[in-house]
Amino acid sequence: MSLKIDKTKCMGCGACITVCPYDAIVIEEGVARIGEYCQLCQACLSSCPEGAIMERKEDQAAVPSEDLASWRGVWVFAEQREGRVAPVAFELLGEGRKLASARGTELSAVLFGASRNDAAELVKWGADKVYYCGDDIFRGFADEPNAELLSRLISKHKPEVVLAGATAIGRSFLPRVAARLKTGLTADCTSLDIETDTGNLIQTRPAYGGNIMASILSPRTRPQMATVRPKVMKTGRYETGRHGEIIDIDAAGIKARTRVLETIKATESGVNVNLQEADVIISGGRGLKGKEGFEMLKELARLLNGTVGASRAAVDEGWIPYCHQVGQTGKTVCPKLYIACGISGAVQHLVGMQSSDVIVAINKNPEAPIFSAATYGLVGDLNEVVPLLIKKLRERKGGQ
Amino acid sequence: MKIAVCIKQVPDTAEVRINRETGTLIREGVPSIINPYDTHAIEAALSIREMLGGTVCAVTMGPPQAEASLREAISLGVDEAFLVTGREFAGADTLATACALSGVIKKIGADLIICGKQAIDGDTAQVGPEVAEFLDIPHVSYVKKIIEVNAESIKVERMMDDGSDIVEAGLPALITVVRELNTPRLPSLKGKMNAKKAEIKKMGAAELGLPPEVVGFNGSPTQVKKIFTPGPRGGRKQLEGPLEEQIDALINELLEKKCL
Repeated sequence: MSLKIDKTKCMGCGACITVCPYDAIVIEEGVARIGEYCQLCQACLSSCPEGAIMERKEDQAAVPSEDLASWRGVWVFAEQREGRVAPVAFELLGEGRKLASARGTELSAVLFGASRNDAAELVKWGADKVYYCGDDIFRGFADEPNAELLSRLISKHKPEVVLAGATAIGRSFLPRVAARLKTGLTADCTSLDIETDTGNLIQTRPAYGGNIMASILSPRTRPQMATVRPKVMKTGRYETGRHGEIIDIDAAGIKARTRVLETIKATESGVNVNLQEADVIISGGRGLKGKEGFEMLKELARLLNGTVGASRAAVDEGWIPYCHQVGQTGKTVCPKLYIACGISGAVQHLVGMQSSDVIVAINKNPEAPIFSAATYGLVGDLNEVVPLLIKKLRERKGGQ
Repeated sequence: MKIAVCIKQVPDTAEVRINRETGTLIREGVPSIINPYDTHAIEAALSIREMLGGTVCAVTMGPPQAEASLREAISLGVDEAFLVTGREFAGADTLATACALSGVIKKIGADLIICGKQAIDGDTAQVGPEVAEFLDIPHVSYVKKIIEVNAESIKVERMMDDGSDIVEAGLPALITVVRELNTPRLPSLKGKMNAKKAEIKKMGAAELGLPPEVVGFNGSPTQVKKIFTPGPRGGRKQLEGPLEEQIDALINELLEKKCL
C-alpha cells in the first residue's frame, strides 16, 4: 500500500502537514509530497479539503476467496480461573450467536480446565459444540499450553472467527496464537459486526487513549481473532433444555515453560478487586484527602455490592494499591454504575471508565472535567455527600 | 546477563486533541515521549544489570525520529541501542512489528527481554507476547514485581484480574511490565553526555534477513478500515437544590435505571 497525492487536485494548502504525526509531508513547488518518513497511518487522508490524497493498495497480493471460505464457524474461548468460568464467556456466547446467525454457521466454545459440568453449562449459554480439555496443565494459568492447544484446534477445525475476553488471561496468550498462525488479532474490542457477504469481522476499538475509535478488518487471513472488553456485550439466553455436543480434547505432548508457584487472591475487607467483572465501582481520587477516605468508599461499595476503584493520583499518594487504579495506566472498566468521588477527571482517567453505563460524579469543583463524562453530576463536599448517601441507602434498604 | 528492552516512541496521548469537524487527530505540538510503560521496562533492566552485571540494549522500530527515544534510553544508562527503520516497515500492525523486533533480538541475542505492558497510542498489549512467540521463548505478562533473577531463571509476581500469581520461568524469557514495578530513574549528566555521542545502530529488513512480505503493511493481517471520533455522551443531568434533595433524586434516578 502507499499514499499518493493527485497533483492536479492539490492546492498546496498544507492541511495534511499539520495532521501528519511523522513530519513526512513537505510542500514542493506548490504541491504536497509524501516523503520517506511516511508510516501509512492515513491521518492525512481525511485532512485534505480537495480529496487529493489517495491510498493505493496495489502491492498487496490478492487472496483467493475460496481459501477464506473454507474457514467456517464462530468460536468463543471460555476462560477459567481456579475452576470458575469467567462471566465474559457468557457475554461472548451472546455476541457470538449473532455473528454465527449472520453467517449461517455454528457457534462453538472452547474450555481448557474447569469441569465437564462447566462445559455443559456453556451449551446452555448458547454453544452448539464445546471443545473441552480437563487436563491438569490448565490448573494454574500458563500462556504456552493455552496457546498451543488452541492453535492446534484452530488449525484442525478452521473457524472463521475466534473471540476471547480482553482480560489478563485473554490478552496475554491470544497474541501467541495469532503469531503462531500468522493471523490478525484485534485487542480490546468494544463492538463487533460482520459483513455477511465477505465474512469480514468489523472490529471496533478505542485507540489513542480513547480519543478515537478505529474499525479494524483482517481481510486476508483466517481466523479473525479479537479480544472483547468484558461487560460490553450482552449475555445470550440461558436455556436449561438446550442440547449440544461436548468434544473431549487430549493435551498430549503439551508443555509449559512457566510455572505458577502460588496464586494470591486480592480481597480487602470483603471488597473484591476484580474491577473488570464488577457491576458497581465506587472510585476515589485526590479529593478523598487520605486513606481514611477510602474506608468510607469501601463502606459504600459493600452496601451496593460493588468494588473500589481509584484515580492515579490516589494510587500515587499511596492511599490504595495499584490494582485498584482505573485509567490509561491502570484498568479499563465498564460497570453498570461508576461513582467518581473527588476525581477531577483527567483524560487518562476518563478513557478507563467512560464506557460505563451510568456515571455519577461527585466533586466540589463545578468546573471539574469529570462532569462532562457524567450521567449525573453532584456538586458538593465528599465528606458530606458520601456519608449522607450511605445513610439514605441504608434507610431505603431497611424500609424494603 | 544480556537484557534487551523493547521501547516505542509515542505521542503523549494526554495532549492529543480531536478536530471535531474533520474527525482527525490534532498532533501539532504534541510531544513525542518514550511510552510510559517502557520507562519501567528500562528501569527494571538497569537494576538487574546493577545486581548481576551484563549489558542492556534498547530496541525500537519506527521512523528515523524514533532515534530520539533511543538516545533518551542511553541517557538513562542503556549500553547499546538499535533502530529498526525503513520504508518497508511502514504500516505495520502488532504482528509485523513483533516480527521485526524479534528479528533484531535474534541478531543481537538476549537472555531476558523486557517490554512495557502496552503502548499508550495503540493500547493493544500484543507485541510483547507476539515477540516471545516469534522467538519461541516463554513469557509472563503484567509483571508487577521481580522477586528473583539469576543466570538460569526468573521469578516474578504477575497481576491478574482477581489478584496475582507468583510465576517462575526459565531463561531466555520475555516479561511485560506494569507501572507498579518500579520508579524510573532520571538521566544523569554523564548519561546525557553519552547519549549525545552514542552510535545508534540502524537496521533495515534486508540486514535482518526478513523478506518484504512479512514486515510493514504487507506483513500485517489487520488493517484500519475507518477512524472516527466517539460521540459525546448524552443525557448529563446536573442535580440541584439542597444536598438531601439531590441525594434523594440521585437514588431515585439510579433505582429507575436499575443500577442499585
